[in-house]
Amino acid sequence: MRPVTRGLVGLAVFLLIWEVVGRSGITERRFLPPPSDVLGSLGEILVDGKFQSDVVATVLALVVSVAIAVLIAVPLGLLLGSFPVARHATRAVVEFLRPIPSVAFIPLAVVMLGVGPETKITLAVYAAVWPILFNTIYALDEVEDLHLETARAFGYSRVRTILSISLPSAVPFVLTGVRLASSIGLVVLISTEMIAGGRLGIGTFINVAREGAGRMDLLLAATVVAGAIGYLVNAAFDVAQRRWVSWSSLTRSAS
Amino acid sequence: MRGITGFVQRWALFVLIVLIWEVVTRLSASPFFPPPSQIGPRMVDLWLSGPASRLFLTDTVYDHLLPSVGRTLLGWAIAAVIGIGLGLLLGRSTVAMRYLRVLLDFGRAIPPPLMVPFFLVTLGLGAPMQLGAIVFGAVWPVLLNSIDGARSVDATKVDTARAFRLSGPQWMGGVVLPAALPKIFAGLRLSISIALILMVVSELVASTHGLGNQLVAAGRDYDMAGMWAYIVLLGILGYAFNIALLAVEHRVLRWQPGRAHAAASR
Repeated sequence: MRPVTRGLVGLAVFLLIWEVVGRSGITERRFLPPPSDVLGSLGEILVDGKFQSDVVATVLALVVSVAIAVLIAVPLGLLLGSFPVARHATRAVVEFLRPIPSVAFIPLAVVMLGVGPETKITLAVYAAVWPILFNTIYALDEVEDLHLETARAFGYSRVRTILSISLPSAVPFVLTGVRLASSIGLVVLISTEMIAGGRLGIGTFINVAREGAGRMDLLLAATVVAGAIGYLVNAAFDVAQRRWVSWSSLTRSAS
Repeated sequence: MRGITGFVQRWALFVLIVLIWEVVTRLSASPFFPPPSQIGPRMVDLWLSGPASRLFLTDTVYDHLLPSVGRTLLGWAIAAVIGIGLGLLLGRSTVAMRYLRVLLDFGRAIPPPLMVPFFLVTLGLGAPMQLGAIVFGAVWPVLLNSIDGARSVDATKVDTARAFRLSGPQWMGGVVLPAALPKIFAGLRLSISIALILMVVSELVASTHGLGNQLVAAGRDYDMAGMWAYIVLLGILGYAFNIALLAVEHRVLRWQPGRAHAAASR
């Protein structure tokens, strides 16, 4: 059997067990609907325009947040990482700020910014900046001295050294950072949608499904969709890392 | 000696950062960003102004903070037991992993806060719901890292264990577990920060008491210094958990050659 087939067999067996348990009456159907119910609801919501815009809203917010975070964190990381003093100072600041879970800022952001999309994007950007910044700065520690000395011997300016030596060698680390940033970004977005409400988003959809009729099938169907988004994002990064930075030892050890 | 200067430097820098924060917030005078000189007294007022008979801790600490911290640690511990146990078994079974890989990858990809509503409906409002959400979120890093760790047992050890006819428990406890420990610790540190996140999220979504509950309450009262007090507290908790785990890791893994390198790569 091919690996993919085996994986699908595993998935099918899992669903089968769930189906049997769900229908047996051990658990209340209202609480744990069998996968056949959930799949039915999944089919329903996938063609539902409202749910589609919820998914688009969350995915778009994720793309925008990560893009903004990259635009902030990569240049900042290159700049700060190029000067040892700034590098050490930033590391210390990051060390003190990183343990604060980004979700702790949700209530503050709601009080400050309201419940519009800018609130969740601001929070997701905040959460996404750290892993990218940290990885970029870390990458600059790993740039080979030989390359830097060669650049110096050829009389490269500081800016040119950063752009043509530091940046390319930092790419694998940055990519790892962006990957982490995407998954934490999604977590923060969905948490904010669930807590702050807002008009559109997967988190909002799930909130409504829970609070309104307590529709567990809808709740689980939306969870499956969110899981699929997370899975696809991860798979995309896998492909990107293998294709573009397969030369890096980082990619090999991380996979 | 280097350790001491490093320590002093680090805290000198910390003081400097707080001073800069103080100056910036005073200059900006934004109501949402109170200066640390207001947050500090608010923290004392909120938590440390209790009677001597209760160790100077306020009711808030006993009614809200300790239960939240307890749930975080309990959920994390349950996740650790499940993750390590299952991970070591799965990691040594190539067949099981072939069938379960997709399922595990998918489970890990579900943003864990989404399980809060699920547990809220099935378990109702309260500690079990929070524990469920914390365990679901915190189990993945430990599980996946334990699997990776268990697979990394080198061939010589496998052959030696076979030659000595080690029993199942001897093999798992004496060979696989030690080999997997560095990975397991990395997973444990990741999962405690996730446990903290899920404690907060679950309490922000729905709760009757707890740290997240108090954070929301402070927001409702426009008590910005109070909100920041809880935000800072969460940072302190995250920092303390990480430091404590690093210390344990250091002790447990002292026997490992090349430890310094492994620590740097995390």
